[in-house]
Amino acid sequence: MELDFSTQAHLFWALLPELLLAAGGMVVLLAGVWKGGDREPEEAGWLGAWALTAILVAALANGWLYGVSEVGATSVVAVDSFRLFANWIFLLGAALTIVASFAYVERQRLQVGEFYALILFATVGMMFMGGTRDLILIFLGIETMSVAAYVLTAYNRRDRKSAEAGLKYFLLGAFSTGFLLYGIALAYGATGTTNLVEMAASIEAGAGLSGLLVAALGLLAVGFAFKVAAVPFHMWTPDVYEGAPAPATAYMAAAVKAASFVAFARVFLVAFEGLYTSWFPIFWWLAALTMVVANLIALSQSNVKRMLAYSSVAHGGYLLVGLSAANEMATGGLLFYLLVYTFMTIGAFGVLMIVSNQSEERLQVEDYAGLGWRHPVLGVVFTIFLLSLAGFPGTGGFMGKIFLLQGAAEAHLWTLAIILVLATVVSYFYYLRVSWYMWMRPAPEGSSTEGRGGPFGMNVALIATAGILLFLGVFPGSILDLALAGAESLFPAGPGLAGTAP
Amino acid sequence: MTTVSGMTLIGAGLGSVAQQAGYEPLLPGLIILLPLLGFVINGVLALQAGSRSAARVRAGEEGTGPSGSAADRTLPTWIGPGVVGLAFLLTLVNFFRMLGVEVHEPVVRSYWTWMATGGLVLDAAIQLDALSMIMMLVITGVGFLIHVFSVGYMKEDPGYPRYFAYLNLFVFFMLVLVMGASFPMMFVGWEGVGLCSYLLIGFWFKDRAKADAGKKAFIVNRVGDFGFLVAMFILFTTLGTLDYQGVFEAAPEAFAYGGAAITAVALFFLLGAVGKSAQIPLYVWLPDAMAGPTPVSALIHAATMVTAGVYLVARSSVLFALSPAGSAAVAAVGALTALFAATIALQQYDIKKVLAYSTVSQLGFMFLAVGAGAYAAGVFHLMTHAFFKALLFLGAGAVIHSMHHALHATHKDWDAQDMRNMGGIRRYMPVTWLTMWVATLAIAGIWPFAGFFSKDEIIWASGVAARGSMGSLYTLLWAMALAAAVLTAIYMTRMMVLTFHGRNRTGEEEERHLHEAPLNMTLPLGILAVLSVVGGWVNVPGSIRESVFGGFGVLPMSDWLDRWLEPVVGDAQAILLTQLGPVAETAPVGGGHVLWGGIATVVAASVVLLTARAVASRPTVPALEEGEPQRGIRKILYNKWYVDELYDRIIVQPILRVSRWFWKVVDQLVIDGTVNAVGSVTRGVGWFGSLFQTGQVNTYAFILTLGVLAVLAALVL
Repeated sequence: MELDFSTQAHLFWALLPELLLAAGGMVVLLAGVWKGGDREPEEAGWLGAWALTAILVAALANGWLYGVSEVGATSVVAVDSFRLFANWIFLLGAALTIVASFAYVERQRLQVGEFYALILFATVGMMFMGGTRDLILIFLGIETMSVAAYVLTAYNRRDRKSAEAGLKYFLLGAFSTGFLLYGIALAYGATGTTNLVEMAASIEAGAGLSGLLVAALGLLAVGFAFKVAAVPFHMWTPDVYEGAPAPATAYMAAAVKAASFVAFARVFLVAFEGLYTSWFPIFWWLAALTMVVANLIALSQSNVKRMLAYSSVAHGGYLLVGLSAANEMATGGLLFYLLVYTFMTIGAFGVLMIVSNQSEERLQVEDYAGLGWRHPVLGVVFTIFLLSLAGFPGTGGFMGKIFLLQGAAEAHLWTLAIILVLATVVSYFYYLRVSWYMWMRPAPEGSSTEGRGGPFGMNVALIATAGILLFLGVFPGSILDLALAGAESLFPAGPGLAGTAP
Repeated sequence: MTTVSGMTLIGAGLGSVAQQAGYEPLLPGLIILLPLLGFVINGVLALQAGSRSAARVRAGEEGTGPSGSAADRTLPTWIGPGVVGLAFLLTLVNFFRMLGVEVHEPVVRSYWTWMATGGLVLDAAIQLDALSMIMMLVITGVGFLIHVFSVGYMKEDPGYPRYFAYLNLFVFFMLVLVMGASFPMMFVGWEGVGLCSYLLIGFWFKDRAKADAGKKAFIVNRVGDFGFLVAMFILFTTLGTLDYQGVFEAAPEAFAYGGAAITAVALFFLLGAVGKSAQIPLYVWLPDAMAGPTPVSALIHAATMVTAGVYLVARSSVLFALSPAGSAAVAAVGALTALFAATIALQQYDIKKVLAYSTVSQLGFMFLAVGAGAYAAGVFHLMTHAFFKALLFLGAGAVIHSMHHALHATHKDWDAQDMRNMGGIRRYMPVTWLTMWVATLAIAGIWPFAGFFSKDEIIWASGVAARGSMGSLYTLLWAMALAAAVLTAIYMTRMMVLTFHGRNRTGEEEERHLHEAPLNMTLPLGILAVLSVVGGWVNVPGSIRESVFGGFGVLPMSDWLDRWLEPVVGDAQAILLTQLGPVAETAPVGGGHVLWGGIATVVAASVVLLTARAVASRPTVPALEEGEPQRGIRKILYNKWYVDELYDRIIVQPILRVSRWFWKVVDQLVIDGTVNAVGSVTRGVGWFGSLFQTGQVNTYAFILTLGVLAVLAALVL
């Protein structure tokens, strides 16, 4: 099938996954209200299954889009491999989060229908962020995602920390959205369009760096830097991540971050490709600061949830290296890394939820003492997640870092590459500390009665996730090909901006 | 697609044969897979045993100690050593096949496309050539003996299956390291052995200090790995390839001889090698690594893993030959470490610490060799050292084992590893005593033991290098190597005399519990003792063979290893020859090979005799009665030149301080404030208002605005 967007129906086809998922979200929402699903565990399970089905249907539609081609590369809705690959990440993130949250929502007696519906709506927003070529639509996607994320953060009404984190996230999110919107307005003022491709053409044809564009670049960069939690715009992360219910944290750390990176990449690599030399230094510094500061802070955390929060900030730094390199290899590496990162982050939070008895207790590293011997499955999979986060060879995390480094090397970003490698040296310390506690510290007296293992379905999901990470570490080939194809579709003109770095 | 086809290939019979004339390898993939299989089986057994014992603890049953019944040990006992033994047999078959053909070109077997990116296509491939074959023989051969020894040594340990799981995993990664056909493959093994080393050092993790030693080893190694990665990426950007054959073919054209790029590659690789092989300045983890079980020290921290750095330099000989400065740095680090570590070994009382510093020192010799361009000599010493140092560690393990039993029998709270508590053990452990003397004479470099030939060749090579460019530097290194060789004879003899000779100091009651180790422990000792003698005969220089030291030509071969390794290091040697020209084959102060060989062995032998008399004549008292040396050079050496303290002060503490500082800035601003805000909620203040009253969101917003201004300023300026 070929789409030339001559009729409205073409837009419909191009947006099929988003539309299906949004419809699924509404069904789940209504069913939740209708059935009062939060009262009955059995109903909650059904709602979860419906939500997963909606995701599956959207995924099928996404797969179908691979057989669809578009005419030109300027339409508002992009039908390119970049978007499709990004959609896989979002859908996977949503599915994993829902599976991981089954036991949590039940134990915390959360309103299941709305909870799943919000996740689905947020995912729709993400898909718009990654799949459109218009700043206005990207902005709408960001807001759809963010509003849902604010609510998810504050979702546990019985927990003051959750409510407070939600409000804080909302206030600061709104503040940063202001910058983003202002940046979009200025960009429109400077170029006369909100379409990314036309913007690039206008910049190429125009006088280059006008005052308006400078301000637009800066404000957009800040807006996105807030969304991806780059240092120094990361300060909302620790307490929002810590205060939010654990499934919401997992979702935010993985999918929300991935979506922000995808939109970040598309806006800067497509629209502002011509201004690379101007925005490159900002990205360089954001990447360097994020890697150094986040890893150093994570080093002194003894609360595992907060450690994972800082770890997620640190990973944002590695991904920013990929953005700074701004070539095909680095962008492919970015996509690959985001996929792997989604698996390992949600996996790690899944284990955390089990250890915390599906609530917000037992988050200290000491609570993991002896876990590996008591629950070998949990211990082994968590060790794999941690090793992958640290980038140990044989895991997907290693391959992801290698691809990012390769992109950086092709762009001759030696200093950033060296900082990245040194930062991972530091990160080994705090990741391994957890596994050290799991395997090498005896369980404290009297604690052995608590800490049951996870539910069966969750264990299966965790084992599968860990298995995928190992598989991607040994056979990354086919997924990497997909990611590289995605990156290629962003750089239709040539091999990217490699080598233009100062 | 490639992935799928690759997997079918593995399933269908371990890869396709890259057709090469002559040598036809037999199931090389299986050599790697066997230990992995052992790891999986033993790992499952370990998890089962572990959760059973955890369940018992939970149930509050008595006896939280050994979980292993005899039945629990049967499977690991057969599988652990079994898989390594099979791998050794397969390696032997392959070795003889390779031996049978005239020219043994590297045989590369690709299994699947590992990463294919725009600039780089890399297969998951293994390479069999002269160098990897020697390494494989050492790893599986010595590894098998150590596995067998472990069956006896670890018999009573509750973590028995876990131990063999780790040990098998280590052998797997070590084989990946040496058999991989590209730098990334080597890196996988490189990291993997580091992880196993960490697991095995911390094996007795209930002792906090031992678990910490494991962490230290891992982190210090990571610093070195950083160098490896950077070097690899410089190679990639310059050459666009990372498999050995591609790199070594392209490097001489792509890199200017002695240029900055190749020197950077060499120095970053050196950093990696220095971390893994415990050289100055990253040697500090190895002595602490002695916290692990002694067979682990023998396998990982003496015979195999720590030699990976030497392997790396020998493997990349072309790259190092292109960088005279890089090579000189390798040699200088080696000679300095050889001498420095030997001085510390002089004043240690823990028998394993003596051996640990001895290992650091001997690795220094190997670095000196490969730095001086004598790659084959470095590999030669690597091999002989694997024999005699593994023997020394296993012997020490047997002694410690026996000491433990003796001290345990009477519940005496003494250090089983302190040599001051030993003495006269020769009477109770004659086999251990005899075999360890063989190893001692070998490491001291006394004819006709293996170490004589390999160390002699290194010292000779550095002396010869002193006749070329950078002559004064190499002359100095040569002198340092000579001094280190003398010190080696001293500290080893001291160790032997303190442990085995003189009066026993363990105590009258305890003495009766000392006994020789069982056959499955002494047999490996015996085999290694034989190898510690004959292992040196494979590479006797022609001139030495014709002289009295070769029995006037009695030995069946000369320079065999040199010729064997020629296909691997020949290119590098050719570069050295073209760039530096032929060098006179004499020592810096004159004299031929045979003369200096004679001097070396006479000096070493007299040093051994003199030291033995000196140590024996000085009274030694048990550790608790003596205490630490109080002043002078003895105190400094006893405290290892205070390097650990120095590192702690200038590196570890500052990093921790910075970390805490960052955290405090963020946390006190944000997180602690949150906690306070929650606190005020409970006091009945509306939380919405309190948020603003504590001013955090304002602070955030303020910082956000500052950030925006900074970004805009950066753009404008």
